[in-house]
Amino acid sequence: MEFIMAILAGILFTTGIYNLLQKQLLRIIIGTGLISHGAHLFILTMGELRRGAPPILKEGVENYTDPLPQALILTSIVISFGVTSLLLVLAYRASRINGTDNMEQLRGTDYE
Amino acid sequence: MSNLAALPIILPLLAGIVLAFFHKRIKLVRIVSQVTAVINLIVVAVIFWKVHTGGSIILETGDWTAPYGIILVADILSITLVLTTNIVAVACVFYAPRTLSESQESFYFYSFFFLLITGVSGAFITGDLFNLFVFFEVLLMASYGLIVLGNGKVQLRESIKYVLINLFSSMLFVTTISFLYSVVGTVNMAQIAQRVHEVDQKGILTTIALLLFFVFATKAAVFPLYYWLPRPYSVPNPVVSALFGALLTKVGVYSILRVFTLIFVKDISATHTLFIYLAALTMIFGVVGALSTNNIKLIIAYNIIPAVGFMLMGIGIFTKVSISGTIYYLIHDMVIKGVLFMLVGAIAYAAGTSDLRKMGGLIHHYPVQGWFFFIASLVLAGIPPFSGFIGKLLLLQGALAEEQIMIVGAALVSSLLILLSMIRIFIQGFWGEEKELAKPERKKTAAKMAWPIGLLLSISVLLGVGAEWFYPSVESIADYLMNPQIYIDSVLKE
Repeated sequence: MEFIMAILAGILFTTGIYNLLQKQLLRIIIGTGLISHGAHLFILTMGELRRGAPPILKEGVENYTDPLPQALILTSIVISFGVTSLLLVLAYRASRINGTDNMEQLRGTDYE
Repeated sequence: MSNLAALPIILPLLAGIVLAFFHKRIKLVRIVSQVTAVINLIVVAVIFWKVHTGGSIILETGDWTAPYGIILVADILSITLVLTTNIVAVACVFYAPRTLSESQESFYFYSFFFLLITGVSGAFITGDLFNLFVFFEVLLMASYGLIVLGNGKVQLRESIKYVLINLFSSMLFVTTISFLYSVVGTVNMAQIAQRVHEVDQKGILTTIALLLFFVFATKAAVFPLYYWLPRPYSVPNPVVSALFGALLTKVGVYSILRVFTLIFVKDISATHTLFIYLAALTMIFGVVGALSTNNIKLIIAYNIIPAVGFMLMGIGIFTKVSISGTIYYLIHDMVIKGVLFMLVGAIAYAAGTSDLRKMGGLIHHYPVQGWFFFIASLVLAGIPPFSGFIGKLLLLQGALAEEQIMIVGAALVSSLLILLSMIRIFIQGFWGEEKELAKPERKKTAAKMAWPIGLLLSISVLLGVGAEWFYPSVESIADYLMNPQIYIDSVLKE
């Protein structure tokens, strides 16, 4: 199971980085979204995947899942959610005011 | 255990939230934020004193004992940096009304400002690697808000790049933490350190260490990851640039300092040796950038980079003297970068342009700014008896003791070039004939801008002239950092 998840996260990372290197702003944002999904999957995978056990550490409970990765992934999802929405608004404003969403033209020079 | 450790985080957080509710009433907002900033500084100073006399203050949030819950550790290093942060913050909050337009001020400037302070203080104080990521995000979110303030064409364009690079490195940070979690099974820094020391740092841990370094180096602008820094830092309002230049990259440097003195100290030949080479390249490339442009704001922004190189050099050499040099330089640089960005904002305002070729003769109307800038240049370049000199002296002593001649050469050459890049602004901007763009009628506002700058500059000068008083505590911090066991024991209480 971990093996499949690692490959999936890897695929998400590759496609994310491919999109990140594109010129169009929206594609870049989709790329960052894919990368953050990959990172989240990694958190879950690294805490060992196990099914059918409660995330509790208590006397008498022998078989349990590690609750920490789930706490970490929740925090991380919320953060990337916030950043992505901010990035979308920012990209919209920037492309409106600069009149283009092409990163080549958004490069800028020293004297303007 | 004491709740004091959480105060530097909670106070600005509350201020930021409360101020958002009446953001349209500018005069009230100004007074409230100035008062809050000063109170915050006093509170932090009291905590600093307590830590200084009584040792680390540790808070286990929610009463979860050490390795399980989130731990806040106000130890001597982090509280010193929080204190410096708050000193810069007070100067910025008094400078802000002079340089921001009313619409910018009412557009939540002060809320974002306090949230930025929250994030920075939190990043310094937390004792949990994942929590460090969370506080990184808090301060980055606030900085995203600040960098677009004003809504200019160039600003929006540069802020996209700034957000993207930070987002990418944050995601890499999360990935690295999950790798580390799978190897050592914890995110508590003290426990990570304990376990890494136990297993003698094998190959996989060194790989993780380098990945973490990559993340922090992106935030701190180390060669070759500094390319994103100069433009986004030079386009926003001067007060925002001052906050960024003084605080944000320093959080990255602090993280490198913390992680590579506490956790990954067993395989120095792989990690710390690399730092020395990167530090040399960072210094040289940063200063070449500063010489390459005529935009005064960009010159100062480029000057952040060699300073990061100096701090990294101390961590790379990794002796007690060099680490104390890094700490001294860190404190010095936080203050002086605040001064320089604010000053350059005032100069550009007085000259009506930030292009060096269109400036001249400002000293006739703005002598105070001129001399301030001259002193600040000397401080930055490290002319004795100012604070830059003390930091560099310690770093060079450390390097010579370890016979790292290459880095000594790079440091000396880049110091000289830093002085050249700064004096160029002084000579072309202040000497000579007055140019038609100059605005002598702006004297009054410029004078109001000058006193927060003067305050901060005098602290910077004090850091250098009064080195005799400050050095013992810096040395004790270095002592403390070189013995990671003290930190581990104080957190895990064994």
